[in-house]
Amino acid sequence: MKKLTVIFILLSQLTFAKTWKVNNTSELLKSVAHSSKNDSVIVKKGIYHITNLIIDKPIYLIGGESQPQNYPIFDANYKGEIITVKSSGVYIGKIEFRHVGETSSIDWAGIKVLESSNVTIKNNYFRDCYFGVYLSACTKIQVLGNTVIGHPKEEQTTGNGIHAWKCDSIKIANNYVQGHRDGIYFEFVTNSLIRQNFTTQNIRYGLHFMFSHNDTYELNQFVNNGAGVAVMYTKHVTMRSNLFKNNWGGAAYGILLKDISDSQIQHNQFISNTVGIYLEGCSRTNIIQNEFSNDGIAMRIQASCDDNLIQNNNFIANTFDIATNGNSVYNTILKNYWEKYDGYDLNHDGIGDVAYRPVSLFSTLIERVPQTMMLLRSFTASLLDKIEKIIPSLTPENLKDESPLMKPIRLVPFNPKAVTVQKS
Amino acid sequence: MNKVIKYVIYDILRNKFVMSYTLLLLLVSLAFFGFEADANKGLLSLLNIILMVVPLVSIIFTTIQFYNSYEFLELLSAQPIGRKTIFLSQYLGIGISLCLAFVIGVGLPTILLEGTTKGLTLILCGLLLTLVFVSLALLASVCTKDKAKGIGIALAIWFYFSIVYDGFVLTALLSFSDYPLEKASLFFTTLNPSDLARIIILMKLDISALLGMTGAIFQQFFSSILGIFIAIVLLILWIIVPAWRALAIFNKKDL
Repeated sequence: MKKLTVIFILLSQLTFAKTWKVNNTSELLKSVAHSSKNDSVIVKKGIYHITNLIIDKPIYLIGGESQPQNYPIFDANYKGEIITVKSSGVYIGKIEFRHVGETSSIDWAGIKVLESSNVTIKNNYFRDCYFGVYLSACTKIQVLGNTVIGHPKEEQTTGNGIHAWKCDSIKIANNYVQGHRDGIYFEFVTNSLIRQNFTTQNIRYGLHFMFSHNDTYELNQFVNNGAGVAVMYTKHVTMRSNLFKNNWGGAAYGILLKDISDSQIQHNQFISNTVGIYLEGCSRTNIIQNEFSNDGIAMRIQASCDDNLIQNNNFIANTFDIATNGNSVYNTILKNYWEKYDGYDLNHDGIGDVAYRPVSLFSTLIERVPQTMMLLRSFTASLLDKIEKIIPSLTPENLKDESPLMKPIRLVPFNPKAVTVQKS
Repeated sequence: MNKVIKYVIYDILRNKFVMSYTLLLLLVSLAFFGFEADANKGLLSLLNIILMVVPLVSIIFTTIQFYNSYEFLELLSAQPIGRKTIFLSQYLGIGISLCLAFVIGVGLPTILLEGTTKGLTLILCGLLLTLVFVSLALLASVCTKDKAKGIGIALAIWFYFSIVYDGFVLTALLSFSDYPLEKASLFFTTLNPSDLARIIILMKLDISALLGMTGAIFQQFFSSILGIFIAIVLLILWIIVPAWRALAIFNKKDL
């Protein structure tokens, strides 16, 4: 009988985790300190002044209300970090994090997760946080449905919305990030998924991505960020069905690809960017079935790129379709639709009989002497382009689409799930 | 003076040229806005019309009109009317009728179909360019008595500002590409009314970011309100200075 009781007590310890309900800061600190594995701490609506709270056991820390405006508010009064997670299996949800402090030496964050796995951060609201979510050396983390809104100052004094460093198998989905330095920052993050996020008005990049192999990002929207999206020094990335829009500015682009290899870029839309895709040092990357419309320069391909395939894309209403800085061409351009194409199709097979040269003389001149841009849309510039089309002399001889399509390709309609911005 | 302007306008309206010019502009603008699904592209197509056709028609029509009404000018000079009044009424008569043609032909469809700041900038620049080339035409016409020569000079002026000048600029930029050209390109722009108008309009259309490649100074200058204001003042100077030169010559001219 005694034995049974002991087993029963042990079982109850294992299965019936305790639920703590907290109303004020001291109760919260106490319950977090005294809770044991798998306990739930349910936080009532109210303002809690918390700095540097460390969670070192797997607990559920949840706000008691489901409406964002009723979330409990964790306020750091600009004095430090709010929560540091140092344990696996932690769940944090439905809480608003506010006023994380700023320093130049430590990256303080709303939620910082260190060397843990299986942590879920779901449906939180971050406002005026130096860094929103900060993941360091973690695996299997899920960051879902959070809203991160900051007020950017300068690049040096503003943190990233969602920051991940040296992680593996993480999932960042359905988040909304606005007003940070980089919306989502990935460095040394592998085998991960970035899905259906919306980043806008970040002062540097909407998504900043370095040394992060075998990752996928899809159905995201990157709108009106300082310099667009940068993906660098990475191999085997899949970028699918994203929207890159309104990244205007002297040095902005929809996406910057630097030293990317063996990657797939498919079904994306590049609308109204200064440069749609800027490729530098990229190899064996397939750019297939994307749409480029109303861009200043749809694709800027530096001569350092090789073995890339550009096929079945639509180029519509761009000022320049392709710009390049070299004469040799090591990339394949095939079966794209060019709105500017004025050839003919005698046998009606849908493929133009004359090759299309997407690089105009004027864009070649601009690559050499950028100041000639002042003649944009002047009669002289278009006259030169017409002459060059008939007798090519300066533009790269081999850069051409031998089989341009007569009609635009029907692309999968882009219909990203709307990311709802939580108002609080 | 009002009476003389009235006669000049009446005379212009009678010969139906301005009427057909209005109709042409109207048809072209409606076609552009109807043909292009995107109103922005319609504006870009109209830009070419404004930079090429409007100056050409303005300069040629003004020159021909001046020589055709030469006898009328002589008659007026015999009356107790100052040379200045005669010249100004001639200028205003032609200017008003051409501007009216432009407003009806391009302005109305633009305001109706794309009544944004972009559209309004386009209209403003078109009107200013019309007046610039009326001034240049009058300057050309008072310089010589020979009608053929006058028209020749007018055509040469149009050809120079619309095509040749940009060619010179391009050559200069390419030959001196090793030197900093930011300020130079800004300076080159101010020396050609067509270029000024083109860049003012382009800065309003969404390709402004591309013009940033010309140089930070260039971009900053034309994207600031002060810069646009200075550019418009420069265009107005392009109207006043040739007209004032032409008036000075006309005052001393033996008709």
